[in-house]
Amino acid sequence: MSAQAQAAPQAAHPQDELLRTDRIPHIWCSGCGIGIAFGSLMAAIAKCDTPRDDISVVSGIGCTGRLAGYIHLDSFHTTHGRAIPFATGLHLTRPQNKVIVASGDGDLLAIGGNHFIHAARRNVDLTVICVNNFNYGMTGGQLAPSTPFGAKTTTTPMGSPDEPFNFCALAAACGATYVARWTALHIRRLTTAISEAMNKKGFSFVEVIAPCPTAFGRRNKIRRSLDLLRFYYERSVVKNHLAPGEATIDFDNKLVVGKFVDIERPTYLDQYDMVNRGELEAWPATGVDASAAGQRKAG
Amino acid sequence: MAGKAVLTGTHFMNGDEACCEGALAAGCRFFAGYPITPATEVAERMSRRLPQVGGVFVQMEDEIASMAAILGGSWGGAKSMTSTSGPGYSLMLENIGLGLCTETPCVVCNVQRAGPSTGLPTLVGQGDMMQARWGSHGVYEVIAVAPASPQEMFDFTIKAFNLSEEFRLPVTILADEVVGHMNERVVVPPADQIVVKDRLKPTVPKESYLPYQPGPYGVAPMANAGDGYYMHVTGLTHDERGYPGMDAATQVEMTTRLRDKIQNNLERILDYDTVMLDDAEVAVVAYGISARSARGAVLAARERGLKVGLIKLNVVWPFPEQFFRELAPKVKAMIMPEINLGQMVLELERVVGGRCPVELVAHPGGAIITPDRIIKAVQAALEEKP
Ligand code: SF4
Repeated sequence: MSAQAQAAPQAAHPQDELLRTDRIPHIWCSGCGIGIAFGSLMAAIAKCDTPRDDISVVSGIGCTGRLAGYIHLDSFHTTHGRAIPFATGLHLTRPQNKVIVASGDGDLLAIGGNHFIHAARRNVDLTVICVNNFNYGMTGGQLAPSTPFGAKTTTTPMGSPDEPFNFCALAAACGATYVARWTALHIRRLTTAISEAMNKKGFSFVEVIAPCPTAFGRRNKIRRSLDLLRFYYERSVVKNHLAPGEATIDFDNKLVVGKFVDIERPTYLDQYDMVNRGELEAWPATGVDASAAGQRKAG
Repeated sequence: MAGKAVLTGTHFMNGDEACCEGALAAGCRFFAGYPITPATEVAERMSRRLPQVGGVFVQMEDEIASMAAILGGSWGGAKSMTSTSGPGYSLMLENIGLGLCTETPCVVCNVQRAGPSTGLPTLVGQGDMMQARWGSHGVYEVIAVAPASPQEMFDFTIKAFNLSEEFRLPVTILADEVVGHMNERVVVPPADQIVVKDRLKPTVPKESYLPYQPGPYGVAPMANAGDGYYMHVTGLTHDERGYPGMDAATQVEMTTRLRDKIQNNLERILDYDTVMLDDAEVAVVAYGISARSARGAVLAARERGLKVGLIKLNVVWPFPEQFFRELAPKVKAMIMPEINLGQMVLELERVVGGRCPVELVAHPGGAIITPDRIIKAVQAALEEKP
């Protein structure tokens, strides 16, 4: 161990107050991109006006899922795929709570895919940060819903036959109010995106393209973290406000990053309160002309 | 539209509706659920009633999400509940395990129907008794109550909330289709006569709060999200700080805590009624709708001069082991009717340990057990040579 490495734990980190320092060292590999996403999240929280007591972090299972265990806030490490519905309950019972869901792509969009879709559709006021590292790191590098076609994982040893998801397109199609994607090397823009997402009312989504050198990089012959970071960064093109469906993750052509959606839409609780105040007109608003319907049937 | 949380008065309603009213009377203010026969009426009434009392109802995309949401709701500080039947309960068991591990108070009402699988959606069953005890993986204790009437759906739902808050765990109401759908008189007492218990709150300074350090009677006081305690809650094996400890020692420590908080408090948890047991030579042991049949059978048998009594289990888990061990040498036999092919009877046999014969009166589901079958079993047991 070098003198520098020995000295490191002694030095205070600028974000120490947001860290459960008594839980450090963390479990992540050196060179893992989750740390960058975590750093950006802490920077965004540090800038945020919401009182700390009113911020909660919820994660599921996987390498990114461990993030909740290191942040010094009310933090919940739930079951695999279920961070979003857990967070839904946490938010609906305490609406002043700013609930951040931080988890991996497999957790949020494979096993948790259905919950993701419906929370976005309902527009529950959550900030969802997805660290996409293209595989299941925690279990040693298996196929994920994000694994590029042809990439090797331990369960696709000859290359993946699956088509990956475009998470940003999915989030937008389901009604998310904020959708952005950045790589782990776009640190400043990533932090800004997380800040914007946290300040956005409704279901906001930030995808972070992050290196997993240990499991994903190694099997695809990009073993060094820096090389992976650069691989993603160099292929990226910034296209803000591009239709999310066109925001492809294409490693040969273009890995599109940027802010794709930033809209206003009433949240679940806005609408829940409105309908329960009895302010809504009967559905359908236009009414039904029974005689016309009858005529058409007769004809 | 404002409404009363406690509908004091005499009502004619079905068990599912009574369950909803019991929940509201106990302070439930969050419900997340998914429609399923024969439990749907709980959710339907909740969707109408919760907004009236300032609560929130949400219909989730499935039962997995429903269970996860009520755990989140509980940490958000609201007494939370879901309702379902067998197929949904199977899905909920994953997050019931999370609730047990993280010691999260909440209530799950399982209005049982006949299974396996989709089974008989509209017809009665009692096939989820063991599932409620052992269905989630791992090592834990549970509490489950078994109502036998709409009135008990009201009363036992309050009881389930109180136990969940007192002992910090998901409590299951093991109801059944007949109890859920039958309409009967339900008396709702005045609010000030209903005993409502709330979770213990931490009183120590924030820096010294250990979220899983057993407090009075072995249960740790619980901080809600937003209370400023910055607790970490995980489904990983964890220590008193709530921090993961990936070793056998932490597992022993945690599971001992989970066991002791129930097993060391049995006198506060166990609940059963006895009917004409004092001079009984045969004891009928029953729960849920089968306890209604059993009561009819016992009363009819007594009219014919048969010395038979009833033990009606109101709390089915934990099982009153000591009570049955002591009862066993005093009776010629015990008889258990249940709408499955033998579940709770296995527990009874285990506890009795051969000290008296234990007979099962079984029905696989789709119909209740009629009193005459129980009477026949009583007669047969009394005719056995000692
Ligand atoms: S396995 Fe991959 S994702 Fe997991 S900590 Fe290591 S580098 Fe990060």
